[in-house]
Amino acid sequence: MYEKHLMICGATGCLSSGSSQVEEALIEELEKHGIKDKYRLVMGGCPGFCEVGPLIVVYPDEVFYSRLKPKDMAELVEKHLVGGEIVERLLYKGPDVDAPARFYDTIPFYAKQKFNVLRNSGLIDPESIDEYIMRGGYRAFTRALNMDSTTICEEVKQAGLRGRGGAGFSTGLKWELTYKAPSSKKYVVCNADEGDPGAFMDRSILEGDPHAILEGMLICGRAIGADEGYIYCRAEYPLAIKRLKTAIEDAERYGLLGENILGYGFNFKMNIKEGAGAFVCGEETALLASIEGKRGMPRPRPPFPAQSGLFGKPTTINNVETFANVPLIVKEGGVDEFVKVGTDGSKGTKVFALAGKIRNTGLCEVPMGITIREIIYDVGGGIKGGRAFKAVQAGGPSGGCIPDELIDLPIDYDSLNQAGAIMGSGGLVVMDERTCMVDLARYFLSFTQKESCGKCTPCREGTKRMLEILNRISEGLGKPEDLDTLDSLATSIKDSSLCGLGQTCPNPVLSTIRYFRNEYEEHIEEHFCRAGVCKELFNYRIDEEKCTGCTACVKACPVDAIKGEKKEPHEIIQELCTRCGSCIEKCRQDCIMITPVGSEADVSN
Amino acid sequence: MSAIELTIDGKKIEVEPGTTILEAARQLGIDIPTFCYDPELPSNGACRICVVEVEKARALVASCVAPAGSDMVVHTASERVINARRAILSLLVANHPLDCITCEKTGECKLQDYCYRYGVADSEFSGEVKELSDDDSNAFFVRDMNKCILCGICVGKCQDVIGAGAIDFTKRGFVANVGPAFEDSIEDSTCVFCGLCIDSCPVGALIPKYSLGKGRPWEITKTRAVCPYCSIGCNVNLHVKANEVIGVTPVETNPVNRGHLCIKGKFGWDYLKSGDRLTRPLIKSNGVFLEVSWEEALALIADNIDEVKTRYGSDAIMGLCSPKTTNEESYLFQKLIRSLGTNNVDSYTRHCHAPAVDGMMEAFGSAAMTNSIEELSDTGAILVVAADPAESHPVISYRVREAVRNGAQLIVADPEPIGLTDLAQHYLPLYEGSAVALVNAMAYIIIEEGLQDQAFIDKRTEGYAAFKAAVSKYSIQDAAEVTGIGEEELRSAARAYAGAEKAAIISTVGANYSAAGGGLVLALANLALLTGNLGKESAGLYLPYGENNLQGVSDMGALPAVLSGYQLVKEKAVRDKFSRSWKTEINQNAGLSAAEVFTSGENSAIKALYILDENPVTCIGEENVETVQFLANLDFLIVQDIFMTETAALADVILPAAAFAEQEGTYTNTERRVQLTRQAVNPPGEAFPGWAIIAELAGWLGFEWIYDGPSDVFDEMTSLTPQYAGMSYERLKTRGLQWPCPSEDHPGTAVLYEGRFSRGLGLFTVVDDQTAVPSRTEISVSSAAAYHACQCQSDSMSKRSVINNFKRDSGR
Repeated sequence: MYEKHLMICGATGCLSSGSSQVEEALIEELEKHGIKDKYRLVMGGCPGFCEVGPLIVVYPDEVFYSRLKPKDMAELVEKHLVGGEIVERLLYKGPDVDAPARFYDTIPFYAKQKFNVLRNSGLIDPESIDEYIMRGGYRAFTRALNMDSTTICEEVKQAGLRGRGGAGFSTGLKWELTYKAPSSKKYVVCNADEGDPGAFMDRSILEGDPHAILEGMLICGRAIGADEGYIYCRAEYPLAIKRLKTAIEDAERYGLLGENILGYGFNFKMNIKEGAGAFVCGEETALLASIEGKRGMPRPRPPFPAQSGLFGKPTTINNVETFANVPLIVKEGGVDEFVKVGTDGSKGTKVFALAGKIRNTGLCEVPMGITIREIIYDVGGGIKGGRAFKAVQAGGPSGGCIPDELIDLPIDYDSLNQAGAIMGSGGLVVMDERTCMVDLARYFLSFTQKESCGKCTPCREGTKRMLEILNRISEGLGKPEDLDTLDSLATSIKDSSLCGLGQTCPNPVLSTIRYFRNEYEEHIEEHFCRAGVCKELFNYRIDEEKCTGCTACVKACPVDAIKGEKKEPHEIIQELCTRCGSCIEKCRQDCIMITPVGSEADVSN
Repeated sequence: MSAIELTIDGKKIEVEPGTTILEAARQLGIDIPTFCYDPELPSNGACRICVVEVEKARALVASCVAPAGSDMVVHTASERVINARRAILSLLVANHPLDCITCEKTGECKLQDYCYRYGVADSEFSGEVKELSDDDSNAFFVRDMNKCILCGICVGKCQDVIGAGAIDFTKRGFVANVGPAFEDSIEDSTCVFCGLCIDSCPVGALIPKYSLGKGRPWEITKTRAVCPYCSIGCNVNLHVKANEVIGVTPVETNPVNRGHLCIKGKFGWDYLKSGDRLTRPLIKSNGVFLEVSWEEALALIADNIDEVKTRYGSDAIMGLCSPKTTNEESYLFQKLIRSLGTNNVDSYTRHCHAPAVDGMMEAFGSAAMTNSIEELSDTGAILVVAADPAESHPVISYRVREAVRNGAQLIVADPEPIGLTDLAQHYLPLYEGSAVALVNAMAYIIIEEGLQDQAFIDKRTEGYAAFKAAVSKYSIQDAAEVTGIGEEELRSAARAYAGAEKAAIISTVGANYSAAGGGLVLALANLALLTGNLGKESAGLYLPYGENNLQGVSDMGALPAVLSGYQLVKEKAVRDKFSRSWKTEINQNAGLSAAEVFTSGENSAIKALYILDENPVTCIGEENVETVQFLANLDFLIVQDIFMTETAALADVILPAAAFAEQEGTYTNTERRVQLTRQAVNPPGEAFPGWAIIAELAGWLGFEWIYDGPSDVFDEMTSLTPQYAGMSYERLKTRGLQWPCPSEDHPGTAVLYEGRFSRGLGLFTVVDDQTAVPSRTEISVSSAAAYHACQCQSDSMSKRSVINNFKRDSGR
């Protein structure tokens, strides 16, 4: 028996901010005190709050330590583990709390969250099947073994579960279609090819609770009559793949995978297929082609995978988060519990990855129907540096931006669609006044342009031309007719592309034009980028009245383009300035302004 | 399922479920543009030019892949549709060189045509364009990928239809391209130069070198002919401008090659224009050939023939016919030789196909491919043994690929991997020389597991008991030891073959060349009899021959013991029939065979020899000393050919003949299909069609033959040949006819032995060389490589063609 369990976040986010060094230091300290055997250390799943990682949660004391460094471990061991006293210094502190917060329930980031999918993440050892089972794992699957296919599909339909991969198709209906497709061989495929820039929901689930995916897939297999599954996981997720492999081995050892599972005559073989990083392989038909060993290119539908999928057999393909929801629904009383959360059309929760100009970057799971305001200000802690919120990009490169006037929009599939965005996989990139919307559209389009598979004409050739126009606009070479051309190109690409990638990739352009047309026009007509991003289209100027002559900017400038004596107002030599932005970051007086090129007029930042 | 009714552009139509909107529209005569659509390939939906508007649908739909739905209302030319098509064209044109003035494709370029149709003169988009360098690496075609619009048809054809897998899409996004792996050149890829990519490219990205600068589409007339190389008899369109063949494309509407060719058909015809074509008759005088007039040459021949006949008798004269000649030429040739009073007429038809012919004669009572090439696509299982069709008869390999795509089981038995190995569910790398043991073991397993077709055996065959006893003498373990194939593999292969509703066997010259070839043919016949795979569609034995008219020349009676239609010389009724028609007596004794004569050396009874289009001196690659000796000892040698071959060099008189594109006539392919080949250009100089030369010579020899043209010859032949009796040029025009075709209302015979074998019952034969020691020194059963994709038996044509540049080893 252990005295305490210490859950160190071992997910990719915290690992990259040094959690394995923290773990090493912790072990060293425990050994120094000769008490290592009394404590269970787990490199666990992601609790979501990446912004303040690396994290350790101590159970049963329920203490949440954040922003840990290896050198903190001596104190943590000595004071807390040996002395029984909480190390106040390492607790969460922030402008949103009056006093250091001790546990999840007192940290505002967690206050509006609802852990369904992330129920085990950070709480159990993801490499222990026993801990998963102790938390009720595989109980839904054993219940499903006693149910017939129709009933399982019916329950999933009743729960109103919609695909978490983006399009929001009814999961139960999809299963039912595959179940009804006549074939002696069927497949279950898990789409773990999370490719949107800034999205890592699926990775966290895979790393933090791999058995939930296996269980969801097993239930699906039982429902549709499949005996084989594939998890298509991008090779850039080595930890997820390692944990999945462990989970599969353990499940096989426990007789939860393989032949005649639990004596029910149900067989299921699970395979992992590592993807090589093409974004388009997240599109289901391209993904299936890739598993088959072909070049990952989409094919037209119909036939849908439910009719003719992997190797030509009926196939259900769902995303990671969708499968992770399934055990919650199929467990005893699951449907009733599940439908309590969410809106009429969108049941349950959704995991979002918060990124961009937001204070609390990280992962959050919130009930469907929560407003953007709540996510940004309550969960996300507001905009970094106290600047004004401008817009949020929802749904990654296939999604669209939602401007501040829609900040009270409830987040569910249908509202987002109406606003010109999509739920997508759940990436939320938050933008403030220093984000240029032309540049944002350009960024996402350059991504999709590179990742277009090249098969269909509109996507291959059209996105290139759109990108060229956006490049021109951001270089000050825009023409008045460009917006119409962009609009008509975007419309025909959406209208005539082969797959979801092409049909949605103009969305960032269309939605930024829809909500920020004036910004485009300002770029084209006045050659001015108000956000100070498009380097050809603005100057930095120092407001002489505000400048105190602190020389911070002078020191920061890498090209010596700022002159001025101490205590005297400084001046920027425009010929030398590269508009790198170092000065504006350093200026404490807020006196560096973004002004149009060649203009003396003050334009307030 | 019931028919689907939909409305397209205001017109109602009923279609079968599964019909695409495009197909439905085409049924209504509505022309929807397409780049990437090809009915032979899986649905693609890439180019999007075929988009149409479906009422109530969110986006435009690609009509080439969208199935027609009940009560659908479709608009194929609404403003939204036209705008979308213009946008697509504009995008394509923005990244496509507009060098239409000099582009080879101008006039038959789909991009050009559609831009014209939709009024897209120039792109509204400007920006980066592809700047790739041409791939000029190979001798056959130029790839200018700047013109490629990435429709993907070439990729589909190369991978799915041909199986070469030389090209695929590479890279992503705007820089996506089509090409070999690792940006290799085509020359360094697995390309087999079948040319299908060229023929299916909608734009000018792929251009055959032979056409460069040669002419515009509207200047070209197309003449339909039959490929002169192998026995498949692919139909080609010869592109002619100013009496010169400047290109070849496959005919798409005939059942033989259905739009497909191999390197020989696509590129191998340029020997027509070879500088060493014979253009005038030549007479050897003091060891030197002199050009002479036709009169002089024919008079000299007539004098010499008369002299030999007078001095030594008719049987000192012999004719040797090539399996490359037309039916008309070979028919007249044997008529001429026989009219001279001898049956000494033979052809090289038997040189390497005797085992196949003999084996089938024994088992069935006649010898020919039992089924049609096109039926292969629908068969349930295919056993390929001692053959490499991808190398020897590529079109057959295309059909095998199609069959496997349609779900057929493929069993390949060969010591080495062949072109179809990658596709085979059952690959049996047996020891060399053990093919008979393997086939017998399969028969044993079929009987042991009760998979034989007992009803067929009882009703249609004889000799089963002895056969069963013979194959049962050896255990599977014995067979496994002899063949090197494990019991499980043997069993699963046997089950795959016997378990199919219809199963076919393919074996090519490998069987025929090998010493034990005859035994293998019999063993294969046993296997087909055992499983009832004869006398029905998509089953049977496919033992394709080598040369293009090998079947026809045999049918025409260019053989020492039979007249046309295999009617025996020794039968008086037969002789009488021909005598009446020919107005001449027919010798009742069978003539000498070429094999007998050519090995008789100095003691040969033959003094005068007339050789048609054949080069026995270097028949199988090397110079044959014995043959040279025989030829040198002749009193008089006549050679009629298109080139100065090694054999012609030994002749006393050489007659310049027309090549395949220069004459009209018929060829009979290996599936017994008689096909019309037409004249596209004039023969060079004073060369004449072979049949006309023979008819002219007959006059000089005192016979009164009058033929208006080759169809006259054909009609005479059909009147004497029961298998051909119902045929005429008129009836052969489009699909040809397969013999037997006994009457004018008979549709021809695709499948032999329905209801009855030629000999009555099919005969099981004990082929018992199970004990043959497996040895790698024995003649390889995979000697199919002798029929290299680029050559036929005698390489006199191919070595004068660009295809001689293709030397890749078989088997890849």
